Amino acid sequence: MKGYKKYYGQKIAWYLITFIIAVVLNFALPRLMPGDPVSAIAGQAASGMTDAQAIKKVYEEYVERFGVNDPMIVQFGKWAKAAMHGDFGVSFSQYPRTVSDIIASSFGWTLALQLPAILLGWLLGNILGAVAAYMKGVFDKVILPVFLFISNMPGFGMAVIMLTVFGIQLGWAPTSGAYGFDLIPNMSWTFIRSVISHYQLPFWSIVLITIGGQAIGMRSMSIYELNADYVKYSRFLGIKDRKIVGYVFRNAMLPQVTGLAMSLGTMMGGALVSEIIFSYPGLGTTMMNAIKGNDYPLLSACTLVITIMVLLANLFVEIIYGIIDPRIKAAQQD
Amino acid sequence: MKNTLRNIFHSPKFVIGFVIFFGLLLFTFIYPWFVMADPLEMVGQGNFFKPGTYVSVKDTVDSKYYTLNIQAKSANLGDHIEDKDKADMRDWLVNYGGVSQEEMDAADDNTLVALWLEHYDSKAKQKGLLASKKKAFVRLDKEIQKLASDADMIIAQENEDGELEETASVDSQQYVNTRDISNKRTFVLGTDNFGRDVLTELVQATKVSLKIGLIAGTVATLIGLLLGLLSGYIGGVFDDVIIFITNLFTVIPSFVLLILITYSVGQNARGVTLIATVIGATSWTWTCRSVRSQVISLRNRDHVNLSKLSGHSMMRIVLTDILPYVASYVVMAFILQISSGILAEAQLSMLGLGPSTTTTATLGQMMNWATLYAAHLNGSWWAYFPVVFVITIIAFSLNLMNTGLDQVFNPQLRD
Repeated sequence: MKGYKKYYGQKIAWYLITFIIAVVLNFALPRLMPGDPVSAIAGQAASGMTDAQAIKKVYEEYVERFGVNDPMIVQFGKWAKAAMHGDFGVSFSQYPRTVSDIIASSFGWTLALQLPAILLGWLLGNILGAVAAYMKGVFDKVILPVFLFISNMPGFGMAVIMLTVFGIQLGWAPTSGAYGFDLIPNMSWTFIRSVISHYQLPFWSIVLITIGGQAIGMRSMSIYELNADYVKYSRFLGIKDRKIVGYVFRNAMLPQVTGLAMSLGTMMGGALVSEIIFSYPGLGTTMMNAIKGNDYPLLSACTLVITIMVLLANLFVEIIYGIIDPRIKAAQQD
Repeated sequence: MKNTLRNIFHSPKFVIGFVIFFGLLLFTFIYPWFVMADPLEMVGQGNFFKPGTYVSVKDTVDSKYYTLNIQAKSANLGDHIEDKDKADMRDWLVNYGGVSQEEMDAADDNTLVALWLEHYDSKAKQKGLLASKKKAFVRLDKEIQKLASDADMIIAQENEDGELEETASVDSQQYVNTRDISNKRTFVLGTDNFGRDVLTELVQATKVSLKIGLIAGTVATLIGLLLGLLSGYIGGVFDDVIIFITNLFTVIPSFVLLILITYSVGQNARGVTLIATVIGATSWTWTCRSVRSQVISLRNRDHVNLSKLSGHSMMRIVLTDILPYVASYVVMAFILQISSGILAEAQLSMLGLGPSTTTTATLGQMMNWATLYAAHLNGSWWAYFPVVFVITIIAFSLNLMNTGLDQVFNPQLRD
């Protein structure tokens, strides 16, 4: 157990460093953008005013409120301090809503959509890959290539096709939003039913494109393992086929677990963009609005939340990995 | 080398991918020879015109007419009426028109129209029918009357006194040979929201996107290869620093970095080349990691040690003794980088961070405009399906090439 502590300690320390660097990047990069978004908001507020003094005063008030006059390092200090309390400032484009408020309302939708979709896609992909490697036949020659082709499709492309076919042509599911536009979020059955029916298209579009990429990885890993010496040796020993297959897939799974963690960022990126197609009120759509409205407090908070999600998922996978990979277990017990 | 190439071109997967990819690339170069129009020219006024050939109505009036013995409209009346309307017509005829159900079931589209013209009467008693529905039937009837009418169409012109004067009459069996019409334009894939020819735009966009992919792939591969080779071969503190940075940027999603960097350079600086370079600069970590680990396993091989003893320079050892071993992997990684670069551009454009230029189009921008103008909701499939298809087919061909190479270089994976 002592070995484990060191292993996890190192991992967590490493993730903390990464986190700090990510925070700095998230803060600094959007603020380097040329242009002055504050003047746009101040301009809106001051529209119709003719007194130059008053306009100047309005502008200065906004500059003061958003704190863009200070040097970057001071801004960062203030921002980081406030961010620790969950306060990311005020949004420029949806002023006077606070960034935390906007993020809070969109984060849940993204998490509820993407986490189950990516996990299910990963699981189905692995099953398909393993079956294709072991059973061959129609799985290897037809189903896998079909999913491989689908997985080459960009996420938003799949989203558009699903939307057109199932949403518009067949009318099986609603086409945009996360719930009926005439509903107010509450815990009634109508609302839940509406949420579920709006959930289908984005969910399956993510699942479908995830399957192929995972399946091909699992297939090659399984083929490697099925040809490994220990499999032949076990066959000589007369160990039952089922048991061998169990070992084989367990070994083949391990790289797939890391593969999931590593490709999570890319997958999320794709899924965030498909949210836009469905006008799903998640982080992807929020991010697009932030970019359009030149709203860097909101944008940097969005990217920060996404980064944290990916970092946490990675850390989680590393911790799981330490437990399920016997090699790490052995190394730590020495 | 020659042998490897022969092996590669014997792999069916690689060859198919290669043919598709280079066919597409070639097409983007050849197409402009035949269609010289500016791809971003706004040909149409208004958004999303259906695919088809467009001829000038004015020119048809001025052209020579031929009388053909083809039943003009009445021959295929059924095709011009929507299915929903046909069902309504059937209901009406059975309920209020005194047509028996059996007769109705047997009727095809043309007999249906004939029956309708014979039996429909707006003044008939229509019990249980809403007023709005009744009016809808009147409108439908007018439409059908117009379709079924064989009367001449009269073309009139205002004369000097401001009175209309008949200049020609067009009978329903008059046809114009499209060759006689000088002004015509075929939009194989219709027009987009700005009224631009989608096919021409698509070809140019494909070219630009391939360029983005190639630049991004080259930048990513060069950085990854260089850092991987050096950090693997030199080791020590240099290696520690590189591996730290590499680990950092594998965990921080490159998608996020890409958004942050492209946002921070501002809209004016966001050109095609810059976007491509940024995509390349944020996606080299995988190449670097794998090259590094391969170099580490190679650097203590006998032939490398022998080279060292012979006093060869580091440059030479890396280039002649190590690079050939990692080359196959690097080529494969490069191929995948191209496709992920194209995809990354498309995603950025969807978010509104794509190359900001009015002189060229990219696949992502086409997709972005189609979405902004709700092409996916108003049924203008031609504005986005071809784009999605092209992106998919590029990625598919590149992946196929990659799989083919993988099977050549890793014999274990062969079937």
